[in-house]
Amino acid sequence: MSDKEFPAPVKYLDDRLGIGKIGRKNLRKVFPDHWSFMLGEIALYSFIILLLTGTFLTFWFKPSMAEVEYQGSYSLLKGLHMSEAYASTLDISFDVRGGLLMRQIHHWAAVLFIAAMMVHLLRIFFTGAFRKPRELNWVIGFTMLFLGIIEGFIGYGLPDDLLSGTGLRITQGMIQASPVIGTYMNFFIFGGEFPGDDMVPRFFIVHVLLIPGIILLLVSVHLFLVVYHKHTQYAGPGRTNNNVVGYPLWPVYTAKAGGFFFVVFGITALMGALMQINPVWLYGPYNPAEVTAGSQPDWYMGWLEGSVRIMPGFESHFWGITLSWNLIIPALLIPPAFVTLVALYPFIEAWITGDKREHHLLDRPRNMPTRTGIGVAFMTFYGLLWIGGGNDLIATHFGVSLNNVTWFLRFAVFLGPVLAFWVTRRIAISLQRADNDRLLHGLETGVIVRSPEGAYSEKHTPVGGYEAYTLTARDRLLPLDIGPETDDNGVRAPRRALNKLRAKLSGFYFADAVQKPTREELEEAQAHGHDADEIHELTETETYREVTSDRS
Amino acid sequence: MSDEKLPVVKADEGHGAVEVAEPIADPGIEPHEYRITDIDPKAADRVERQVSAMFTLAGVLALGSCVAYFAIPRDSVFEFGPLSGNANNMAIGLCIGLALFLIGAGAIQWAKKLMVDEEISEDRHPAHSSPEQIQDITEAFKQGAAESGFGRRTLIRRGLFTGLGLLGLPAVVLLRDLGPLPGRTLYHTIWAKGIRVVNDVTARPIKPADMIVGQLVNAIPANLPPLQEESAVEYQNARAKAAVIVVRIRPTEIRTKPGRENWGIDGILCYSKICTHVGCPISLYEQTTHHVLCPCHQSTFDLADSAKVVFGPAARPLPQLPLAVDSEGYLVAQSDFTEPVGPSFFERG
Repeated sequence: MSDKEFPAPVKYLDDRLGIGKIGRKNLRKVFPDHWSFMLGEIALYSFIILLLTGTFLTFWFKPSMAEVEYQGSYSLLKGLHMSEAYASTLDISFDVRGGLLMRQIHHWAAVLFIAAMMVHLLRIFFTGAFRKPRELNWVIGFTMLFLGIIEGFIGYGLPDDLLSGTGLRITQGMIQASPVIGTYMNFFIFGGEFPGDDMVPRFFIVHVLLIPGIILLLVSVHLFLVVYHKHTQYAGPGRTNNNVVGYPLWPVYTAKAGGFFFVVFGITALMGALMQINPVWLYGPYNPAEVTAGSQPDWYMGWLEGSVRIMPGFESHFWGITLSWNLIIPALLIPPAFVTLVALYPFIEAWITGDKREHHLLDRPRNMPTRTGIGVAFMTFYGLLWIGGGNDLIATHFGVSLNNVTWFLRFAVFLGPVLAFWVTRRIAISLQRADNDRLLHGLETGVIVRSPEGAYSEKHTPVGGYEAYTLTARDRLLPLDIGPETDDNGVRAPRRALNKLRAKLSGFYFADAVQKPTREELEEAQAHGHDADEIHELTETETYREVTSDRS
Repeated sequence: MSDEKLPVVKADEGHGAVEVAEPIADPGIEPHEYRITDIDPKAADRVERQVSAMFTLAGVLALGSCVAYFAIPRDSVFEFGPLSGNANNMAIGLCIGLALFLIGAGAIQWAKKLMVDEEISEDRHPAHSSPEQIQDITEAFKQGAAESGFGRRTLIRRGLFTGLGLLGLPAVVLLRDLGPLPGRTLYHTIWAKGIRVVNDVTARPIKPADMIVGQLVNAIPANLPPLQEESAVEYQNARAKAAVIVVRIRPTEIRTKPGRENWGIDGILCYSKICTHVGCPISLYEQTTHHVLCPCHQSTFDLADSAKVVFGPAARPLPQLPLAVDSEGYLVAQSDFTEPVGPSFFERG
């Protein structure tokens, strides 16, 4: 058969779907290679694992709160009254072969799904991959993270065990604290008073259809955009803003990415086999009058829990109404404000820098000290709240006072991020200086030379051409200039106050940033090195290996 | 801040970067380095054997998982050091997990060691449409809009917006029956005058003499257990509000709130067990300080001082249930709680 015709089955499809055209554009599509690009892949693969294992679980799970007497094979709970949801979860765990495995893979994959999305988000943030043209894909990705967290939390609530019921009770209390509509929302969501018997069936359909459906749609758009924009790449020799250098989809990434799916699935399966997670049979059925000390939500809810835990007990009572600031602030204002800021960050940064170009080369975090500082400040804020979510466990494990831990965090959540911002920015700037040093003064060789006059100096050798290029392959970033107050005709520029603010923020954004050396500076440094750090090409006897052996 | 030292760029230039000649010219992609498997056919064959062994072993393990499924009894237990669990579950999971992992590891090894690893470069194109495309699309859109008369025929336009807008209403109204209106349900519990306080495990009524100083009992109203036979939902809902703790404190240590002088019996006090923060059942009692702590968010209440908040995010004391003793000498409620129990809500006042 000649190459001018497809084999029969492919021809059948091509005649009807035109798959040849799609394949021609995409089969040899180039993807750059870097370990940090696989984080999003982990999220995608754990989502697929969640769909597969979740479907398996629905074959036995009964999303009903009707009361039954447990007669399964877990003898400790035999004869107890419980909801069908809890009883069927026990059946999956003890009477369906492979059921516990699937439950545990499902839970591990859920934990991994959200963790991978979050680390992926951090990678995108710190390398500036969210910049034009990818701002909307950032928002889509962020929406998936947000939905994923809700999805995870609802799934955790479905077995109707004591721990999950406690989580839902807390959520119910938070909803009820919403001003004006709280009580009504509560009655509509739970079908009346808490707990009622509607929550499990309602949350079930949200968990297995509504949210996964939306995530599936968003994943498709997310990936389509990755293909359309082509993947970002790190700066390096031959890697420019106008090309993408790497390996082709067919065959290299088909094998690598396809193989990586199996690796992720394999590892979650091994975790499901060997590591116990959410042993609901130990918690017992939900009872609104009982709770276990040291109750902890899944890790991704920890920061919300902490936000609520460290808030002092403020409440206002006036005109016959109650405003529970102890919940409104930590649960209804701070988390939405936090996530909105993160979701809108690409637009905020673009406004401050005034940068309207397309970016396909990734930043090294050190080269954007303010952004990196902001990122670490956000992580610190999140981390401190997360610590707050376990304040009781920290107190008991480290033998410190719970009250002191809480009081410390009440201040630390405000001071910590500021400190983290400042320290990170200084570190980033120092690293930039170190890079410039490397360019201008070369590498320390460890070879000490004694001059005829008796002076000692260390030989420096220039960094290699590829590395030197990589170090300089970044923008010169400058603060925005908003122009004069009035134009040549004396007319005041419009929106002056806003623009002044913008210029101020921009000045702050680029303050102290170290610019890469110019060509002249580089040539001068190489031409007139002074005694202490003279740059030399190494002589024949001083091999590269010799001078770097202490580094490698 | 040394920002004034930096050169600046004009806002209307549209970006925050300046184009100065690059200090170092782009040397182009590094030359390709050959791998041992590219040069040495023996090494390549060795990798081929590795990959094929991984794939084959994966198949064997897949079969093994099926054998484990049928051969290992579902209630057998595996114990080895810290590793213990259901043997059936573990064997199936180990086989499937390793099989999946080996397929993946084999594919990756194949890609990394045997597939051509010369980097190739592909050009990018701006995300936006070309000027010709923009012109074509704008014209097509304008033509369609003109042909529809959408801009000109304002009556149609208004009608359409009104109709579509109002269709949002049924989408909301139809959800009305998701739940009943709150009404006064949050203000009441099933406690009432004369209802006995019973132990929440044994359902036995409690006599003052049964309680020693320092003791705390989890209790429920006597009319709660019969509800379970009637309706499981009503029972759970009632229990979520009516659960109480009964505590006996040395009367000299109690600071009674004015108006509550006759709410306790010889230092026996009864409080709602439901935290006023978000409704967790408070359950950690410290006898020496008479504090109870909610395990969810660590709100701490002083039971000797009308359960006022001494620490944590809760804002209100636990509601107190006025106690009395009936003719047979058992603890009973004087009335329902005098305020809503559980977490705050807007209309609460």
